[in-house]
Amino acid sequence: MRQISYREALHEVLDYELQINPDVFLLGEDIGPLGGAFGVTTGLWQKYGNERVRNTPLSEIAIVGAATGAASVGMRPVAEIMFCDFLFVAGDQLINQTAKMRYMFGDQCQLPLVIRTVIGAGQSAAAQHSQSLEGLLAHIPGFKSVIPSTPYDAKGLLKTAIEDNNPVLFYEHKSLYNMKGEVPEEMYSIPFGVADVKRKGKDVTVIATAEMVHKSLRVADRLQKEGIDVEIIDPRTLVPLDMDTIINSVKKTHKAVVVHEAHLSYGPGAEIVARLADEAFDYLDAPLKRVGAKDVPIPMAPHLESFVIPQEEDIYKAIKSVVD
Amino acid sequence: MTGKDEDNQLFLEAYRKMVKIRIFETRVLYLFLQNLIRGPVHLYIGEEAVAVGVCSALRKDDYITSTHRGHGHCIAKGGDVRRMMAELLGKKTGYCKGKGGSMHITDLSIGILGANGIVGAGTPIAVGAGYALKLKKSDQIVTCFFGDAAANQGSVHEAMNMAAIWDLPVLFVCENNLYGISTGLREVTRVTDLAKRAEGYGFPGITVDGNNFFEVYETTREMVERVRSGRGPVLLEAKTYRHEGHDIGDPCVYRTKEEVEEWKRKDPIPRMEKELQYRKVLNQSEISMIRTQIEQEVDEAVEFAFASPEPAKDEVLSDLLMREG
Ligand SMILES: Cc1ncc(C[n+]2csc(CCOP(=O)(O)OP(=O)(O)O)c2C)c(N)n1
Ligand SMILES: [Mg+2]
Repeated sequence: MRQISYREALHEVLDYELQINPDVFLLGEDIGPLGGAFGVTTGLWQKYGNERVRNTPLSEIAIVGAATGAASVGMRPVAEIMFCDFLFVAGDQLINQTAKMRYMFGDQCQLPLVIRTVIGAGQSAAAQHSQSLEGLLAHIPGFKSVIPSTPYDAKGLLKTAIEDNNPVLFYEHKSLYNMKGEVPEEMYSIPFGVADVKRKGKDVTVIATAEMVHKSLRVADRLQKEGIDVEIIDPRTLVPLDMDTIINSVKKTHKAVVVHEAHLSYGPGAEIVARLADEAFDYLDAPLKRVGAKDVPIPMAPHLESFVIPQEEDIYKAIKSVVD
Repeated sequence: MTGKDEDNQLFLEAYRKMVKIRIFETRVLYLFLQNLIRGPVHLYIGEEAVAVGVCSALRKDDYITSTHRGHGHCIAKGGDVRRMMAELLGKKTGYCKGKGGSMHITDLSIGILGANGIVGAGTPIAVGAGYALKLKKSDQIVTCFFGDAAANQGSVHEAMNMAAIWDLPVLFVCENNLYGISTGLREVTRVTDLAKRAEGYGFPGITVDGNNFFEVYETTREMVERVRSGRGPVLLEAKTYRHEGHDIGDPCVYRTKEEVEEWKRKDPIPRMEKELQYRKVLNQSEISMIRTQIEQEVDEAVEFAFASPEPAKDEVLSDLLMREG
């Protein structure tokens, strides 16, 4: 099968949706002639024009608010927030408007909108351009949260996100944009709430997201040589969360390690291990482990940054600590 | 019907709505003081000519966004007082099935894109709806109500600029009642006429006497024509005053009796009655009849609300996300 990048996979879906659905439009900072800070919308402004690929002022509140307002009258906006670090400039719109309108008004509207944003460190972009904040809004009822780790998943999940009639937060990891992988030419959707087993194994379950899936895969290869067979599960969506797949794996391995780039404390891993403790206690033979970023802002200096962000060694140690 | 008859019909309808807001809100105050309505309630008493003057110049299919002081907007846009009252009492038959209450009473089916507990937050939503209308090549418009205190929110700045640069069909209406809770406008802004801010965004702004229905209505009509024709947003500032406190229970220590009395003398409802009598559209006995009819309508709304069932507990889990894809 042909190989394309994570960026190209996302681009294909946006291009396709703009083409087939007149209700779809894009808005965001520098998404026009430039094609976005990470190049995902390259060429779309030239192809579809100003109105459907709308370059906005530096106004995160109004971007999220406008997407919400447009969705409330029947459009299907796809907004881009350049870095997830800027998402909370629009905190009120997200938390008090977008997430609540449908419920608070007692089912009077639907809000089919997608907010694409960028997570992740690894580029020495420092404290305000490197965070993985996907857990923050997963705490707020009213959103679906998507976090793809491969080009294949990126394409199928973005397609589903745009088809969904609810607000969807879509987190793209900046280190994955150039990653290539097999992606079918045709359009396909990946349902939300269906985890993907990225590697089959029988000794320990690793639940990982975004770039941590790839780090965990490399660690698993190393551990294989030591006779430890690691199963890696990528939930792909944090909301809804596919606990069935995770629990079925734990029934087999009796051990689980959660790995994410978000900060450790109160991170998505806390939710996953809490649910395992609650729903799969009887199958567990070892303490539940979490690997996440250290609880400090992300520093710039490369050796400090890599110290804060989980590395293969950290994942390796965490897995060893439960299998030994 | 001649044009004049049509106008008179519209004025009569507007008058009825203003009276309906006054009587509805007075009843809400009464029920609140009886401990029958819970939660924060912001009354529209004294400001009726703004919502009604503006909404009378709109089409049925135009949109509005409302505020925490939203009962007046809802009635002015054609909302049903029975479902409003039921919402205030937290009943299943309420507009939001009891999940919203006073600050969120809204009727999407008549184009109200939400009342809002977050000051200023409706403005970007109005802009997004305006953008959608532009993309759809519709000639509908969006009217965005917000207060004088809201004018200092960042969201309002972003929204106005965005509406300006894309020539969106948005009519911004600033209800300047001189206070945000206890804080006087003079304390928090250097300009006395907030309409002046429009110039900074590159669109027209006009200040009107918000207690004069005819002035609000005529000015809005001209502005709506401009907005509908695709020439971009405008800002209407309506100077007005709330007779009651910020919310029910506010002791109002921050304003003088004299100031309140002075504004009560400018009450928009007697002013409109006087003008309609002068224009021979209405006489004293018709005024009493209208009041009696509306008292009855509000009585029925209260009865309906009290007779309505409470929402079942398990309904608390529904309405969050659409179930299907
Ligand atoms: C973002 C935000 N800050 C503060 C409040 C608390 N609050 C509710 S109403 C209000 C005053 C609003 O004044 P204004 O916009 O002039 O409207 P008015 O109440 O006078 O109609 C404040 C501060 C809020 N609801 N939202
Ligand atoms: Mg005010």
